[in-house]
Amino acid sequence: MEILVCARRVPDTSENEIQLNGAGNDIERDDLVYSINEPDNYAVEEALQIVAKSGGNVTVATVGTDEDEEILRREMAMGANHGVLLSDDAFNGSDGKGIATVLKGFVQKNRFDLVLTGVQAEDGGAQVGGMLAAMLDYPFASLVNSIEVVDGTKLKISREIEGGNREMSEIDLPCVLSIQTGINEPRYVGMRGIRQVASLEIPTYGASDLGVDAASVGEAAANVKRDDYFVPVLGKGATILEGSNEEIADKLIAMMKAKGGLQ
Amino acid sequence: MTARIFAYIVHKDGVLDDTAAELLAAAKKIDPSASPTALVTGSGAELDTVCNSLCTSYAEVWKIASESLAYPNAELVRQALTKLLPAGALVLVPHNHFGIDLGPGLSIKMNAAFVSDVVGIDGVDGTALKVVRQEFGGQVSTHVRCNISSGAVINLRPGAFKPVQSAPVAGVVIDKSAEVGAVTAKRRYLTTVVAEAGDVDISKEPVLISIGRGIQEKDNIGIAEELAEAMGAVVSCSRPVVDAKWLPKSRQVGSSGQTVKPKIYLACGISGSFQHLAGLKGNPFIVAINKNPKAPIFQVAEVGIVTDMLEFLPELTNKIRAMKQVSV
Repeated sequence: MEILVCARRVPDTSENEIQLNGAGNDIERDDLVYSINEPDNYAVEEALQIVAKSGGNVTVATVGTDEDEEILRREMAMGANHGVLLSDDAFNGSDGKGIATVLKGFVQKNRFDLVLTGVQAEDGGAQVGGMLAAMLDYPFASLVNSIEVVDGTKLKISREIEGGNREMSEIDLPCVLSIQTGINEPRYVGMRGIRQVASLEIPTYGASDLGVDAASVGEAAANVKRDDYFVPVLGKGATILEGSNEEIADKLIAMMKAKGGLQ
Repeated sequence: MTARIFAYIVHKDGVLDDTAAELLAAAKKIDPSASPTALVTGSGAELDTVCNSLCTSYAEVWKIASESLAYPNAELVRQALTKLLPAGALVLVPHNHFGIDLGPGLSIKMNAAFVSDVVGIDGVDGTALKVVRQEFGGQVSTHVRCNISSGAVINLRPGAFKPVQSAPVAGVVIDKSAEVGAVTAKRRYLTTVVAEAGDVDISKEPVLISIGRGIQEKDNIGIAEELAEAMGAVVSCSRPVVDAKWLPKSRQVGSSGQTVKPKIYLACGISGSFQHLAGLKGNPFIVAINKNPKAPIFQVAEVGIVTDMLEFLPELTNKIRAMKQVSV
């Protein structure tokens, strides 16, 4: 099976305190730790497990700039056969539909049986996979948390629905699936593995290579644009307990006793 | 504002989902004079029950009945809606597991804009709908402009829009089934597998020691278990702990896990994503323990402690053990 995984390099929210920049038009990006978007990494692992059983190749593609090559190399160190950078000034400022349009161009230049994305990225859009599927007229399923290859024409999948229940479906190939975290246990990538792929050439394709009309992507074509960033105020905010851990523990115990949580 | 607004109604077993009223409230935020049309797919008597119960709040209810739509398979629903919806429509959809499946592809088929997981609506400015979204797990929000000149699919976060009381309307049900005709999809629903029950039922526990990504590794779970034992509480968790296979799914609090209603909830190393908070009901006393002072959990907690849970929990455990020894 030929599998494409669409991945993205994002600031790692588990490693970063996200702050606004002075102008309020972006987050402060200078000291951020970047990594592959977590659900995308699960998608790559799932693709690797499928080809290990059924044969084929895994290609990882990202829409971005030279800086994003690092996640392609990381996923190649994991075992992906190919990494591809889709990059063009015309792509800058694309919204979800713009990104999907670029990916559609790449899919149509190739032959993939299965296209995987992570369920969502740092912007919480959860949109590119579903858009790409609709553009290609492929069937789509989101929040996929298990995949079983039935034969060369279809898969049996489950989707994560409310309460931890699983919705089981059959889906024809080729299709697009968005992968939920926890579907597998992504393998560890060591420094040695990264070094082995450090000098591999990463092919780069722009708008004309992909047959993408530059007017259909980028900022000018975007229907969805951010005005600014701000820090939300959801509630009145917690009373922050101050002091040493010992002092705080005493305060907390008194509070929990008062609430009946400690006898 | 002349665009016609539609609301996709989620229902189950003949009962409306809470989002049916929330979408109506959101429509009024787009245009206070809007009279949105409810879109309801399904089959049989259940569908009629749902349509009739919508008639007091929606002036027009479009009923789309088909045996193949008995289960809400988004691949089929998308086709049905694409056939029916007029050009330039604004379609409101709940951003739940169904809306995530439906919305993005529907926007492409309608040649309309798509904006997902909207938590606030500031109104319309020319051809732009001004909305509020969150990014980076709720750590920052953004004001977003969505060009609605060719219509749009707007996915709304469940729970973000409070239903508004308004005078009942005398709505009508319009049967659109014939216009839709037969729909088929390359994805076929088979069955729903119900989550397995766990060793403990966290939904019934009065005190939960809940751990998140801040637990860092499996070997540290003992720290939370010791505190739970000292307090007579139970350990629950957020999604990353289950993803890492450190605790079973039955211990997960959140929209894709369990709904809990404890008296006291110690959120330890949990950032507080909306999916997690959606599983926390009954207005518990929430204590947030997190190294990151920007974590959204601090906004909903009663009490916050900005510290490393791995250092703080053992301290707390020791204090509680000492206290219990004295009192025995």
